Amino acid sequence: MLTIGLGHYLSVAAILFTLGIFGIFLNRKNVIVILMSIELMLLAVNINLVAFSSYQNNLIGQVFAVFILTVAAAEAAIGLAILVVYFRNRGSIAVEDINMMKG
Amino acid sequence: MLASLVVFFPLIGSIIAGIIVFMPSDDKDVQHRRDSAAQIASCTGLILSAVFAVLIFKDVALGGNAYTYQLFTWVSSGSLEVSWALKVDTLTSVMMIVVTVVSAMVHLYSIGYMHNDNAVPRFMSYLSLFTFFMLMLITSSNLMQLFFGWEGVGLASYLLIGFWYDKPSANAAAIKAFLVNRVGDFGFALGIFAVFMLFDTIQLDAIFAAAEGKKDAMLTVFGGNFHALTVICLLLFVGAMGKSAQLGLHTWLPDAMEGPTPVSALIHAATMVTAGVFMVARLSPLFEYSETALTVVTLVGGTTAIFAATVACVQNDIKRVIAYSTCSQLGYMFFAAGVSAYSAGIFHLMTHGFFKALLFLGAGSVIHAMSDEQDMRKMGGIWKHVKITYGLMWIGSLALAGVWPFAGYYSKDIILEAAYASHTGIGQYAFWLGITAAFLTAFYSWRLLFMTFHGKPRADEKVMAHVHESPMIMILPLFVLAIGACFAGWLGYEKFVGENSAQFWGNAIFVLESHPSLEHAHQVAMWVKYLPLAVGLAGILLAYILYIQNPAIPGKIAGRFQGVYRFLLNKWYFDELYDMIFVRPAFRLGRGLWRAGDGLLIDGLGPDGISSVVRFASRRASALQTGYLYHYAFAMLIGVVGLITWYLLAHVG
Repeated sequence: MLTIGLGHYLSVAAILFTLGIFGIFLNRKNVIVILMSIELMLLAVNINLVAFSSYQNNLIGQVFAVFILTVAAAEAAIGLAILVVYFRNRGSIAVEDINMMKG
Repeated sequence: MLASLVVFFPLIGSIIAGIIVFMPSDDKDVQHRRDSAAQIASCTGLILSAVFAVLIFKDVALGGNAYTYQLFTWVSSGSLEVSWALKVDTLTSVMMIVVTVVSAMVHLYSIGYMHNDNAVPRFMSYLSLFTFFMLMLITSSNLMQLFFGWEGVGLASYLLIGFWYDKPSANAAAIKAFLVNRVGDFGFALGIFAVFMLFDTIQLDAIFAAAEGKKDAMLTVFGGNFHALTVICLLLFVGAMGKSAQLGLHTWLPDAMEGPTPVSALIHAATMVTAGVFMVARLSPLFEYSETALTVVTLVGGTTAIFAATVACVQNDIKRVIAYSTCSQLGYMFFAAGVSAYSAGIFHLMTHGFFKALLFLGAGSVIHAMSDEQDMRKMGGIWKHVKITYGLMWIGSLALAGVWPFAGYYSKDIILEAAYASHTGIGQYAFWLGITAAFLTAFYSWRLLFMTFHGKPRADEKVMAHVHESPMIMILPLFVLAIGACFAGWLGYEKFVGENSAQFWGNAIFVLESHPSLEHAHQVAMWVKYLPLAVGLAGILLAYILYIQNPAIPGKIAGRFQGVYRFLLNKWYFDELYDMIFVRPAFRLGRGLWRAGDGLLIDGLGPDGISSVVRFASRRASALQTGYLYHYAFAMLIGVVGLITWYLLAHVG
């Protein structure tokens, strides 16, 4: 019978993290997807923290995970708020259009 | 002591006027007072200087007290010892009279002539500065001081030709004069170097004392062995040719007429241009030992005399006619020096100084009356309105043409007689060319008189209504010069070139026993004595026939002999020739160096090259900044991965 151990958790977290990264890079559509990808990466980190916490019988990791969740929520709220304002100003939130920093 | 007063009064006048230049005022009355102050300062300086010059002449030339007055040491380096010193002998004192008297008259005349100009103090300052340099030149006791004066008058000439610097033609003429003189001065400087090489000193007295001992010395130039004194004299003569506008280096003189007329009278007729003649006479102890150099001097002088006279016959600008006439008369002085009749050359220099300044100032008076018109084709018929000027121009022309008893008669005759009496081939050449030139001189002088003053008025009515006699301040100096033009000849004849002239000149002029042209000049045949006068009268008659009796003839002649006429009108195509040989190749070379050397090579590798590399690199670098968020994030990720990999490999693994 397969025992689900630390390695599995870490593998899942790594897969999620990688998905998040690719979500950022390969996304050509829309900034919301990027925000979602960042959220995904944060969650992957959370999985890591919780996994290590239970593995080591130490609560600090889980405390951190809770902190990160709140911070992530706040970040998502701010990010979406910025997007709304941005859309009002520019009329678009397509990634292709957001290139004001072009040299 | 008196000599230094003569020399430095003009300098003081120049400095005072120069200071006033820097105090301009917007208030017209105040400015007018300052102008007057500058005029008074410079004129007073010059008049005092002229008075002292007369006293010196009495003491030195008539009393025979030549001396050298040491001021202070200038350069003392090895065997080169140069001091500022005023060498005053007969030659110097004669020159002093000419320079200070003509200059003083020109200063006075300028008060009237320039009264409408807005830069009077500057003009007066330059004029006085010129006089100072000229006096420095003629009183020099060594070649370096001579060179100092030489360059100084060149500078003043440049400043005054370009006095109206908002006129492009005046600037061009000033630059041309300066550049052409550089050619001559280069020869002059080389000559001084050669003198130092040969004699180991440039003190005139020491050179003259050593000259006889060096008469067979040789000098190696470019691998060839040449007679040293010939080389030196020819080099120095190149300098004289430049300053005295002799054939080949004469092109600047007619253009110099762009300057104000008083300048033409003082610098480009009476004084500066005669510096070459003075220098040859001053260095007669050197020239005497080189037959070749004397021959060259005669050849150049004779050729210039006839060349300039032919050109003067067809010019239409009143000042240019007189300018070419000056050039031609300088030719006379040079061939007089060339046949060892230096004193005759200086005699002519003096008389010429008076009557040529008179003619120029008279021409200035005419130009003034004609509302600044210089073209003789637009004059005519004004003699009734400007009777005094007309009379004075007659005196000047009579003197120039050598009609008895005016000054030119004595000096020109003795030159021609000396040329004839030298009994050399080159002397005969100069004599016959001189006779022809004398004929042409009379012709163009009366052509000028008739075209300017007689016939029907060719100016428009507005100008004619305005024709007026010049103010007293302009006429008065003309009278003084006219006195010189009338009497300088017979007053000076006995002293300057008479039987006992050697005593008068003392050590100032040196002539070898084997060159007795001046003594023999008094014994030439009668026809030689009267020929110059006869051809002069013939020239006047011809001008009368062509321009008074039958004014249609000149046009017909010009039409018949188109080729000759064009050749003369274009001054023997010298300007075009120089333009082709020197000016345009110089421009091409300059443009080539600019385009290829500076533009392609230096700019290409230097500023332009570096900037284009930077622009290229920065354009590539800015292309990296796409502005897309995910590109930056990707770069961050790559960076983080790279750092972690490095950390793991280096510290953990």
